[in-house]
This record gives sequence, structure tokens and C-alpha cells, in this order.
Amino acid sequence: MSTAIAAKGFSQAAFDAYLAARDEPAWLLDMRRKAWARFQDLPLPSVRDEEWMRTDIRLFKLDRFELPDALGHGEASQGQVPHALLAAGVNLGGRAVVMNSHALSAKLEPSLAKQGVLFGSLQHLVKEHGDLLRPFFERRVVDPHKDKFAALNAACWSGGTLLYVPKGVRIEQPLHALSAISNGGVDLDKTLVILEPGADATMLSETASTDTTGGGMHCGSIELIVEQGARLRYVNLQNWGHEVWHFAHQKGHVGREGRLQWTIGALGSRLAKVNQHVAMTGPDAEVQVNGVMFTEGKQHLSYNTHQHHQAAFCKSDLLYKAALQDKSRTVWRGMIRVERDAQRTDAYQRNDNLMLSRDARADSIPGLEIEADDVRCTHGSTSGRVDDQQLFYAMTRGYTRREAVRMIVAGFFQQVFDRITIESVRDALSEAIGRRVSDIKGL
Amino acid sequence: MIETLKITNLHVSVGEKQILNGVNLTINRGEVHALMGPNGSGKSTLAGVIMGHPNYEVTEGTIELNGQDILEWDATERARAGVFMAFQRPMAIPGVKMADFLRHATTNVRNPQRKEGEQLIPMREFRKELREKMTQLKMDEEFARRYVNDGFSGGEMKRAEILQMAMLRPKFAILDETDSGLDVDAVKLASQSIAEIGGAEMGILIITHHDRLLEHNTPDFTHVILGGRIVETGGVELARELYTEGYEKVRERHPEDAAIEKEMAAKDKQLVGGGV
Repeated sequence: MSTAIAAKGFSQAAFDAYLAARDEPAWLLDMRRKAWARFQDLPLPSVRDEEWMRTDIRLFKLDRFELPDALGHGEASQGQVPHALLAAGVNLGGRAVVMNSHALSAKLEPSLAKQGVLFGSLQHLVKEHGDLLRPFFERRVVDPHKDKFAALNAACWSGGTLLYVPKGVRIEQPLHALSAISNGGVDLDKTLVILEPGADATMLSETASTDTTGGGMHCGSIELIVEQGARLRYVNLQNWGHEVWHFAHQKGHVGREGRLQWTIGALGSRLAKVNQHVAMTGPDAEVQVNGVMFTEGKQHLSYNTHQHHQAAFCKSDLLYKAALQDKSRTVWRGMIRVERDAQRTDAYQRNDNLMLSRDARADSIPGLEIEADDVRCTHGSTSGRVDDQQLFYAMTRGYTRREAVRMIVAGFFQQVFDRITIESVRDALSEAIGRRVSDIKGL
Repeated sequence: MIETLKITNLHVSVGEKQILNGVNLTINRGEVHALMGPNGSGKSTLAGVIMGHPNYEVTEGTIELNGQDILEWDATERARAGVFMAFQRPMAIPGVKMADFLRHATTNVRNPQRKEGEQLIPMREFRKELREKMTQLKMDEEFARRYVNDGFSGGEMKRAEILQMAMLRPKFAILDETDSGLDVDAVKLASQSIAEIGGAEMGILIITHHDRLLEHNTPDFTHVILGGRIVETGGVELARELYTEGYEKVRERHPEDAAIEKEMAAKDKQLVGGGV
């Protein structure tokens, strides 16, 4: 990393210049300024904070990074756009690409555009459709004041992706968004997905580095708004280079009778700290959360999940599975929170970890906070190694030991993929994970 | 040349415990051998050690396949050389479909030199063959889409083992209590199935407590194992005698081996009692 970059950082002067160049609606600039003030007030989290006690970021230096050039000059052209793993074999309704926090391209099927669907760069679309989007921004699905990273994203997000589906519009073909960085780059992505009542859509989003060993920073947010009776299937695959710092606040709001199926895949980054929250805000909402993590080297992936039952008769079901190699580490802290009015809640959370090395470590911390008295909440977690008897069995069928390990790991993840109902999406995700599985060194 | 699996003076231990005390057994391809013996006499150990289970330590003796010593080979190499075992308790592999598992296995066993990542048998060709074999074994097609042994009933597991044997077409197959846990009809079906998939082409070692599995696979030889040694070898009539009359007479005829059997059982108890 060059010293020129180290000198810039996130200064007040840089922020003022950044806003001045943005040409955004006043309400949005105002939101940014408030978040910036909060960003400046807050310290970086440390291991003294309960949520961070297992995730040490003392080696992370924010001032090594800088705000993206507001006009995007030059930055977008750095490096080749990485290959999109989730797009393979999928008939897409639209594609958007963001590079180093700048929109590179966006395409949407004209037939969808005609129905009022908006898809593409959030940065561009918010200028054109500010009045439409303002209430969704102001809903503050992700709390911009939650911590320093949430505030930084709220103040400085750039590029970003929007999917807006009007009332009752059903989209068959998935929409695909790729957000990439070059080595040392910064991704301040914000994803906003809005499904108006009765809408139906599938979105595939992935993040990747031009250089698989490269560094950089992602400080991002994802907001999924699923209104009454709407159905959203959302997949996000994190495949950053192995030196990237990944900080993300991700949250879904699901209204009455809404359905959200949210699948995350995490393969990349040096250290990831992700808050993935789902809130069921109206009765009879249903949420399914799936997670697949595959770590190696000294990677550290930390996920805080929160299933927030705010209304009655809602159902949430979370399954996270991690396979760990080398000296890598995962932390999963899962909370099911049931408010007093959320009677007849049916909530489940489960975390399974497959240890592929003796030096790997997986922490699994489930939690329940229940205020209502008529609920069903269960949780479970397992951690284990590949079973020697399973290996022997496969070897007696002509598998080499390594082939057997890969097969067993693939099977371990398959149980998550099985929950994904759209075949092309399921295949694309299992193919993306499968590539990494095929690199397993063996035991 | 007749292909042969030859076991000579095989001594095997697990940890501190000596289990096989000099087993001699020669199986030619095309022969059916039955191996019978009381619990704890070393039947499953013999099966496991032929297959190359890493927990068993061979302290003396040899296992040869067509004159070649295979003791140093791992299970993968033995499988690819044409040795198969139907497990008494097959392992479940959740998330892996039977058809995918078998396609990979079949490719490897039929192309022993195959390197990882090289082409698998073409899907269409494989599916056709698998469907034929499943029809022959009266198995529902749905079976191929289920996860390997995951949630299978006892009978389904054993039939899945026979299906695997049918696809892998081994030269030598060891059936470790393929009849255990099955009802009379299921054993009958298993017995027929083994014969139907071309049991005559293989050298088969059937480890069993009953004679029913032998109904359609009449043994050319019946061996009795006691205290870790094969103490008697006879024809099919010996299998019937053992099934109807038990092992008391065998113990009387071989008091030394019966004494070793007793000693092994006592050690087992000690180990259990000692909390090991």
C-alpha cells in the first residue's frame, strides 16, 4: 500500500469535498452529515465491547483507506472485473456492476422497466427517484448510529445497488449485482431492496476482489424491505480477497404475510464482522436464513445474527454451516428475540461446524430473549471433525482420502443448498462453494 | 489364470488386544465361502483387515491378491484392485446423493489409475446402468436420489450395499453380516440379489449367523472361526449344522481355541470393567 493513501484517511475536509461533489437531494446530504457526526464521535469497537470480544481488530487501521473519489475518475478502471460466480447458468433479468464504490454498468430487461421496476446504481437512482425512495431511507432499517462502521457507511456510502419492485409485480428472472474492489480498494456499498406489497423477486448479489490475495476494506450495508405479502429471495456471496477487512450491517424488515429467504455465503476476507438481522414487523411473516461459511488460512469470520419477532404468528428458521481449514476461525452469535406481543412465534436457529484441521476454531453462541409466553423457540449447534468411519467407508468405494473429504464437506453444505428452492440459484451457489471445496488440501 | 485372495497366518490386534491368531484362508474367484462363528470370534475384524481398515494392526502373516502382498495398500487401492466389502453397519453421508456417490465410486474402481479431477463416467451411460441394476434388485428409482444411507432402514441399507457391489463389480466381495437385522423375506431377497448380480463371477466371503443368506449362494466351503482362528472347514452341510446346533460341538472338538475364546471374552469384560 502506498504512503500517499495512508496520508488521506477520512478527514473532515475530505468528507466536505466528497459531499460537495455529490449533487444529491438535500434530505440525503442531511442524513449523511448526521451520520458523519456520529462517526466522528464513536471510537472503533474494541474487544471490551461484548459484541467484539471475540473479534480483535487492533490491526485494522482506518486511516490506511480513503473516501472514494466522488466523481469516480480513474478508479473504476483499476483491474479486471472479477468473474461473477452466481451468474453462471442463471437466466438473469438484470445485472449491475460496481467497482471500487463506483457504478460501472447496469442493465435491466426493458419489460421489467416498463412495469416500474428500478434496478441498478443506488447512487444514480436516488437522484432521479428521490421522493419515491426517501421514506425507505428514513425508515433506517439499519441503524446508522449503531457503531462506527454503520455510521461510516451511512455517511459515505457510494455506488450501491437498488432493486425496487412496485406493488404486485412478480419478477421471474433473478437480478444480479456484483460489487468488486481492486487491491487496496474501498467498497462503501449500500444495497437497498424494496418489495412493495405483493411483489415477488429474487436477487443475487456478490462481492469479490480483482485479486484473490488482495487487501482492501468493505464497510457496507444491506437493507431488505419486504412489504405485506411480498416474497423476496436474496442471496449474497462474500468472496473478497484474503486480506480484505469486511464490516457489514445487514437487515431485513418483513411485513405482514411477507416471505424472506436470505442465504449468505462467506468465503473471502481476512476478517469479517457482520450483523445480519431480520425483523418480522407484521403478523404471519416468515423468514428463512441460510448461511454457508468456508474458511482457510488465518481468516476470521464473525457473524451476529438476530431474529427479531415483533409481531404474532411469525416464523423464523436459521441454519448456518461452517467448514474450517488451517488456523481459521468463525464466531457465530445468534439471538432470537421475541417481543411481548409476538405470541405464537415459531423460531429456530442452528449452527453446525465441520472442523477440517486441529488448529481451526469455531465459537457458537446461541441466545434466546423471550418476552411472550406462548412461543416455540429452539436452537442447536454442533461442532465436529470429518468422521474416520465415513472416510473409510468412502475409501472402500474407491475414493481417495482427499476425494472423500471433499465429498463429505460438499454433502455437509448441500443440506443448506437443499433449502434453496430455485434450482438455477441453488446450482450456482453450490458450484461457487464447490470450487473452494475442490481446493481442500485433505486432512 | 485363476484369481486368488490368499490369507496366510494372519495375526491382528487392535490396540493391546489380539483378535486374530493365525488365520489361513484362500478364496478363488468364482467360489462362495461362508464364514461362521460365535460373537467376538474375529469375523468382522477379518473383514475389516482384508479391506484395509486403519485401526487394525497386522502383527504377522500376509494378505495376497493374485500373489501380490496388499498389506501396505490403503482401502482406496484395495477397492480399485477389485476388493469390496458390504458393511454390517454402512455409514451415512448426508447431503451426498446415492447416484452421485456411486458414479464417482464406479468411475474410480473401473479406472484404477484415475487421478482426481479427471472425467467421470458420462452421466447418461451411468444412469442407464444404474437404472438397470436397480430394476434387477427391485429397488425404487427414488433410491438413487436419496442421500447415502441417510435415514435408511436396516433393509434399505443392506440392499444399497448390494447395489454398490453390483455397480462396482468386484473380483472379491466380503459380505459382513448382510443378513443381520433383516426379516426372513428381506434376507431371501438379499440372497437372490447377490446371486442375480453375478455372484458367480466373484469370489465371495459371506459372514453370517444364518444359513438363509446361503440359500441362493450355496457355499463351496464353510469355515468356522473360533478364538481368532479358522478351526474347521467343510461344505454346505457344516453351515446347516452350525445354524441348527450352535457352536458347542465345535468348542468340544477344539478345546484349545475355545479356551482362547474364553480368555478373549474375559479380557473384554476387564476392559469394559476398567472403564476403557
